[in-house]
Amino acid sequence: MPGGWRRTGAALALISPFFLLFVVATLAPIGYATYLSLFAERSSGLGFGGTEQVFVGLDNFKQVLSDDRYLSSYLHIAIFAVVGVPLMLGLSVFVALLLDTAYARAKRFLQLGLFIPHLVPGVIAAMIWVYLYTPQVSPIIKVLGGMGFEIDLLGHTFTYPALINIVLWMGLGYNIIIYYASLQAVPREVIEAAIMDGAGEFRVAWHIKVPLIRSAVALTAIFAAIAALQLFAEPLMMAKASARSVTSDWTPNLYAYTAAFTKSGQFGAAAAASLLLALLAAGLSWVVTRFASPWEKA
Amino acid sequence: MNATKTRPVETTEVAPTPHRAAAGPRRTWNPSKIGVNTLLIITAAYTFLPLAWTALAAFKNAGAIQTGDVFSLNGFDPIGNVAMIWDYHDGVYLRWFVNSLLYAGVGAGLGALICVAAGYAFDKYHFWGKDKLFGLVLLGVLVPQAATTLPLYLLASKADLVNTYWAVLIPSLVNPFGVYLARVFASGYVPDEALEAGRIDGAGELRMFWNLGLPMLGSGYTTILLYQFSAIWNGFYLSLVMLTDRDLFPVSLGIYELNTSLPSEGPQFLPVVMLGSLIAVLPLVIIFISLQRFWKAGLTAGSVK
Repeated sequence: MPGGWRRTGAALALISPFFLLFVVATLAPIGYATYLSLFAERSSGLGFGGTEQVFVGLDNFKQVLSDDRYLSSYLHIAIFAVVGVPLMLGLSVFVALLLDTAYARAKRFLQLGLFIPHLVPGVIAAMIWVYLYTPQVSPIIKVLGGMGFEIDLLGHTFTYPALINIVLWMGLGYNIIIYYASLQAVPREVIEAAIMDGAGEFRVAWHIKVPLIRSAVALTAIFAAIAALQLFAEPLMMAKASARSVTSDWTPNLYAYTAAFTKSGQFGAAAAASLLLALLAAGLSWVVTRFASPWEKA
Repeated sequence: MNATKTRPVETTEVAPTPHRAAAGPRRTWNPSKIGVNTLLIITAAYTFLPLAWTALAAFKNAGAIQTGDVFSLNGFDPIGNVAMIWDYHDGVYLRWFVNSLLYAGVGAGLGALICVAAGYAFDKYHFWGKDKLFGLVLLGVLVPQAATTLPLYLLASKADLVNTYWAVLIPSLVNPFGVYLARVFASGYVPDEALEAGRIDGAGELRMFWNLGLPMLGSGYTTILLYQFSAIWNGFYLSLVMLTDRDLFPVSLGIYELNTSLPSEGPQFLPVVMLGSLIAVLPLVIIFISLQRFWKAGLTAGSVK
């Protein structure tokens, strides 16, 4: 069937640019990192002969996995995710439901406006909030101080609230808009019928609207969890502002970055650290998508 | 403006309002309506006050920002700040801005086309190993890009590509989620009958993609382009690891470097950071507002099934 061959040829021509780049920019780096993770730099001879690459097997993985700072970096993002993700999704659903009531005013304006923080580069959003956490500069601290509350937003007590707030600020409007859009897809007849039966706005929201946007919530939960796993710019900004609460290896990504750049190039350890993270992230989202299967229709 | 931090707490305190909504009759301004809109105003305040603070600080002198005197009429120096950002290191800010336009414009313009071509092929053709290849695409969606950034740096430094435009541009072209979206769009917008009709007329397969499929996927292309543009424009980690030459920085990295070097460069450059941040946010806000429907198409294609 000559037509079939021509079609296969066309299909290959159309997918090859993507796969060529995918190999170069995703698969090859993973492969090279795997190779690097099996080697370590050892100074040769008497120490003035420079360094050489020595095959060390899985030593880098052992070293990283027995490093308390690497392990606690996962603990940090786990706490961050367990508290931050439900908080963000819960508040987003709540505000989206408010926006969907007949009482809400200025819906169009809010739909546009609440999305704006999502358009701010993460590193700039983090920087703005760090200024808003800084004594003297921050109007928040000034107002709270005026009311008699002396708080140290960059201190230990506020590490998680401060970080979660930055991510919440960027993600809240984004999730609200997604939920609001899926609420628009809820058939109006269903809602009107429920109201005719005497159900109030609250019951309609809880028993009819929420179940119908469950798949949207599940998908955004995955996105938020994956984002938490890769947390980098926000804690980096906090670390630059105050080394007290957030250290330069506070998240797995920060740990790998610090290993590669500031500890005079421990590339093997850095490669092992990022591979473990990539593996965990892929495994986790695979498990989640398997059970939630929002990609089913792909 | 007061107590922005406590807003989420207030929200939960007033949460029972919808209960009252159930009981209240529909008058012009009943308690439910006031409750709902009060909560929406609180949400809006939480969203907008940090933005307002940045927008005001961008036009104030360093002293006013540092002493927390932003929400007032004192210390405005818009002309001085614009002049300062223009002169700073021989206008390096403008260079960062142009670099960002280049990375995001070329990366998203070309990257979205690559996505649409692949997504179209996945939807319209059957070929050997298709499911396995698409599984690879989904794997690419699942593995966070940040986790492969450092490996990418290690490879690029081996290939002597670090500190070049290519080091940022090539990885920016790859967008597995865009391929997934393009496949969804292709199944929705390009009817198989149109291709069959084209084949009967003797059109070549690639010509058909270019003349028939691509125009039908115009809005899908724009949607993917917008998302990729904003991801590249807002990206930070990739350029942080790849670039050390100031002249190659995108605007987000430039502002980060400037902000962290304020203690050594001098706090008088704080307005450059603020005005620079404001300018860096504007392109996406303008694009978002003028092309809203494409953003929505992406949000709903990704979530509403």
